[in-house]
Amino acid sequence: MVNLVKASFLALSVFLVACAAPSKAPQSLYDEIGGAPTIEAITENFINEISFNETIYRYFEKTNITRFREKFIEHLCVNTGGPCTYTGDTMLRVHQGQNINETDFNLTVDLLVNAMEKAGLTYPQQNRVLKELAPMRKEMLYK
Amino acid sequence: MSSKVIKMAAAGCFIVCASPSIAANGKILATAGLSQLEGSGGGGLTPWATLAGYDSQDETAASFFMTDVNVSDYRLSSIGVATSFYDRVELSLAQQTFVLPASLITGLSLSSEQIKQDVVGVKVRLYGDALYSAYPQVSVGLQHKKLDSDFVASYLGAKDDSGTDFYVAATKVHLGAVAGYNLVWNVTTRATKANEMGLLGYGGPDNNDYQVMMEGSVGLLLSPNWVVGMEYRQKPSNLSSVEEDGWKDIFVSYMPNKNVNFTAAYVDLGTVATKKDQKGIYLSMTGYLW
Repeated sequence: MVNLVKASFLALSVFLVACAAPSKAPQSLYDEIGGAPTIEAITENFINEISFNETIYRYFEKTNITRFREKFIEHLCVNTGGPCTYTGDTMLRVHQGQNINETDFNLTVDLLVNAMEKAGLTYPQQNRVLKELAPMRKEMLYK
Repeated sequence: MSSKVIKMAAAGCFIVCASPSIAANGKILATAGLSQLEGSGGGGLTPWATLAGYDSQDETAASFFMTDVNVSDYRLSSIGVATSFYDRVELSLAQQTFVLPASLITGLSLSSEQIKQDVVGVKVRLYGDALYSAYPQVSVGLQHKKLDSDFVASYLGAKDDSGTDFYVAATKVHLGAVAGYNLVWNVTTRATKANEMGLLGYGGPDNNDYQVMMEGSVGLLLSPNWVVGMEYRQKPSNLSSVEEDGWKDIFVSYMPNKNVNFTAAYVDLGTVATKKDQKGIYLSMTGYLW
């Protein structure tokens, strides 16, 4: 009986410690989706999606893809709570003069969703990334 | 519901499935919502602030729908079309057919077992984008309705066989709000004199003024293609002879693409024209022409 009580006590202690351990700091979305490798994969997929979409590729014809890749990775990293600094231009500056219409904007959102899907993000994770990016729409549309 | 409706559904399916590229697709999937019983873009029972089509600010859109509600003692079918222009204005047309049970027909010695009503709807988006703006998308609208015969309505004491409802609707999608899943809600305030949506006429001995009714919907997007949710629609009670209850439903919608969607719901209409506990199944499909 004493052994049983000891065993129960031990099991309870292990259980409590196990419960307490992971709750020290809330994980960022960046870490949850897999950090830098995932952000890079999303970016590669996104560039790939764009290059195969005639409508959206028009906007990128004069883009320096190497620079776009670098800045987009930083941008996604910062906005998902990752340990990065964004060194690119403002969203307004990047999109100004392109007069992006709503249809093309939403189509590009679909391409980004495809890119996230292919990088292995779950539907809830995709939604949470979009939630962080959605407020920037007003700096991109019809500018 | 007859083979006519089934044939129409088949024809509609053929049109939308055979030509996948003609639909306006400037909006994100699911943001066009569903077709409402009175023909407006909305949920099923209540109009939403979202417009009926997938048109962006630079596009127009057109859709058609058919809905069949089958409860304990009644059946209601509604078919119609809606067009929307530049994500700003929506025009809709619907015809409702309300089928009465035999006991009521013989009791009232009616010549027809059906009550038909036509609904013309207009909606204008005033503000926002349900998905992107900080505040909800807000639209105002009206639904003008007319019965083909006022026999039942006037027998029950209704003052009129036609009427116009006015509403303000607010709709918002919250990205990733519930454990990462997108939440959508809608609140509609409607000024109306309608008895049972107008199928039993407008106004009555207990009240002949406009009254303000609240309607609401809430839904959760389980995936890009599946939505589950519930709705409530408050209703006035203008006729002392026939008690009237609020309507509610629990629904599931499947939106495989921007050409078609399907909804199934369990509805509870309460007491309708003396018959208690009117519960049953609501089925609806919307096809998008362009």
